[in-house]
Amino acid sequence: MAENFPQIVDIRAIRIFIDDGFNTIVANYGEALEIAFLPVLRMLTIMEHFLQWLPWYVVVIVLSAVTYLASRSWKASVGVAVMMFLVGVIGIWDEAMATIALMLTSTFLAVLIGIPVGVAMSRSDTMQAITIPVLDIMQTMPIFVYLIPFVMLFGPGKIPALLATIVFAIPPVIRLTNLGIRQVDAEVIEAVTSFGATPRQRLFTAQIPLAMPTIMAGINQTTMMALSMVVIASMIGAGGLGYQVLQGIQRLEVSRGLLAGLGIVFLAVIFDRIAQAYGRRMQQHLHIGS
Amino acid sequence: MSKPKHKIVIDGVSKVFGPDPQSVMPLVRDGVSKQEMLEKHGHVVGIRDVSLDIPAAGTFVVMGLSGSGKSTLIRHLNRLIDPTAGRILVDGQDILTYNDQQLREFRRSKISMVFQRFALLPHKTVLDNVIYGLVIGGMDAAKAREHGMQQIELVGLSGFENQYPRQLSGGMQQRVGLARALATDAEILLMDEAFSALDPLIRNDMQGQLKELQARLHKTIVFITHDLDEALRLGDNIAILKDGELRQVGTGSEILLKPADDYVSRFVRDVNRARVVTIGSLARKAASLPASDATEARCRELLDKTGAVVLTADGKARAVLDSRDASAASIRKALKAAARGAALPELDAAATIEECFATLAASGGPVITVSANRRSMGLVERGDVFAAMTV
Ligand SMILES: Nc1ncnc2c1ncn2[C@@H]1O[C@H](COP(=O)(O)OP(=O)(O)OP(=O)(O)O)[C@@H](O)[C@H]1O
Ligand SMILES: [Mg+2]
Repeated sequence: MAENFPQIVDIRAIRIFIDDGFNTIVANYGEALEIAFLPVLRMLTIMEHFLQWLPWYVVVIVLSAVTYLASRSWKASVGVAVMMFLVGVIGIWDEAMATIALMLTSTFLAVLIGIPVGVAMSRSDTMQAITIPVLDIMQTMPIFVYLIPFVMLFGPGKIPALLATIVFAIPPVIRLTNLGIRQVDAEVIEAVTSFGATPRQRLFTAQIPLAMPTIMAGINQTTMMALSMVVIASMIGAGGLGYQVLQGIQRLEVSRGLLAGLGIVFLAVIFDRIAQAYGRRMQQHLHIGS
Repeated sequence: MSKPKHKIVIDGVSKVFGPDPQSVMPLVRDGVSKQEMLEKHGHVVGIRDVSLDIPAAGTFVVMGLSGSGKSTLIRHLNRLIDPTAGRILVDGQDILTYNDQQLREFRRSKISMVFQRFALLPHKTVLDNVIYGLVIGGMDAAKAREHGMQQIELVGLSGFENQYPRQLSGGMQQRVGLARALATDAEILLMDEAFSALDPLIRNDMQGQLKELQARLHKTIVFITHDLDEALRLGDNIAILKDGELRQVGTGSEILLKPADDYVSRFVRDVNRARVVTIGSLARKAASLPASDATEARCRELLDKTGAVVLTADGKARAVLDSRDASAASIRKALKAAARGAALPELDAAATIEECFATLAASGGPVITVSANRRSMGLVERGDVFAAMTV
């Protein structure tokens, strides 16, 4: 028999320590945290209800209009209208609206947090050296591992689903904000500095505008990752299309899973098109790149 | 406080790049070579112990090959780079003692810069680029625009103010860069290889335009180039850098005629001297004396002092006296000539040899040179001119 790996540290004790520590946090702060995140929950539910309240044709028209504004392409906006129409036809409209609400809310919050973090990272090499491995861990750690603590803290429901989605989706926007700002032409930054810009003026008049296409690519990726998280988030009570997929698996109803899966694909295509076209137009508008 | 003689004084400035520049400064001071500093000690010597006095209202050119430290040096003047050792004075004030606020104020009002690759903001229009310095300095937008339009006109870009930089040619983009630097009315203009990225023809235009502007605006310009012809064309004074060290400072003629070392003389060997060397720099001094005041004794006195005398009437040169031939007879002859002779040809001391060929060829003996303000005169021999052209 092969020799077992020697036990160097008492890993059982460490695990007990971690679990106990976390349980204490849950017991003492769980409620406070839940209250703290109530506004976020409210934002999500309002968004969800609003989207579900809107007549279906309004949603279809608005989405295809946004697509047209972003891409200036009739083909794309007709395509979007058709796909949204199909979502309604296959009977998963309300679920799709719930999914869009979760995706938009978590993307919005991820961008809100991610851009300042990316900016901070671009300003300090130390900050970058610390943040990059953390982001690597966030992206490689199986999602279920951080679902557990979120569920323990908040109980199954929308808040842990939202938070887990944010954690999962935020790395690209942080990374690409940092990268975009660091890639801004050094001579332009020197020029701006040489005319007496404060660090703040430098950030808002040069760094962020010139990094915008890269930042937009980050937002785009974050949106897509948030969308891909919906199936998993549904397992802890986010509802929406993911829940349909989950039910399909549980009840062994291939059709239910398939239709909901199709809905997710449609949404992914729609939002990817919009975000990419918007990024391109912004690049044109800023007169940078080719 | 007395007005400082020089606009900018660079005093013993060294810049070392690397993990711990201060620790290797003693080696840098001892003159350890740039290569050894890099290979053995892991530090790059950007510039080493450079001292320069830059006069006001002139174009001061810093020239050197790639990697000689030109960009590093010029970036010290607005503190985009801080030195490892040394002092930098502008109008007598040590700019290294400025805090953030003072430094911003200094950059907003006193010094501005033009960059090699233009460094414009691509998302702003020409006008918004030009007024960038004014706007971040807090100037009212309407006033800034009005001022900006004047600068745009000054550099000949009227009609393009609402275009974006990408829509303009390289030469036009650099004019935007120039207008942006002029807009803040800074007294000091830094130009880091400002024309190097342009086509030869456009570069030529821009050099001409800069000379014209400078004749009107009298800024203190520090101009960086690796191109000797450009340096000679633009520079009232030229400093030559090699491997971060200053090799020579002087006017174009001085550098061509008296290169300080082997490096400089190899550098300037192929230059067409006739186009660059001024006739004044070849002349020996001559005293001028109105013929009406001239007596034999007075002439002799001046000849002993300066070696040559030009006798003038109505401000025009009439006769020349040389200490090499100071017999009483020739003095009398000259006095007579001054009284009734015709005016002798004169050369502008600032003219190049090439521009003086015709006059030189026509005259038999030494030719008179006159400075722009007519205050000083000189005598130039044809032999000296030929000697200057064949180095
Ligand atoms: N930030 C830096 N870090 C390390 N070394 C540097 C840095 N900046 C410049 N150097 C080095 O300092 C030396 C001088 O560089 P500098 O850019 O001033 O040269 P230059 O004369 O402007 O050359 P070029 O004509 O190529 O622009 C070079 O050896 C360069 O490698
Ligand atoms: Mg350079």
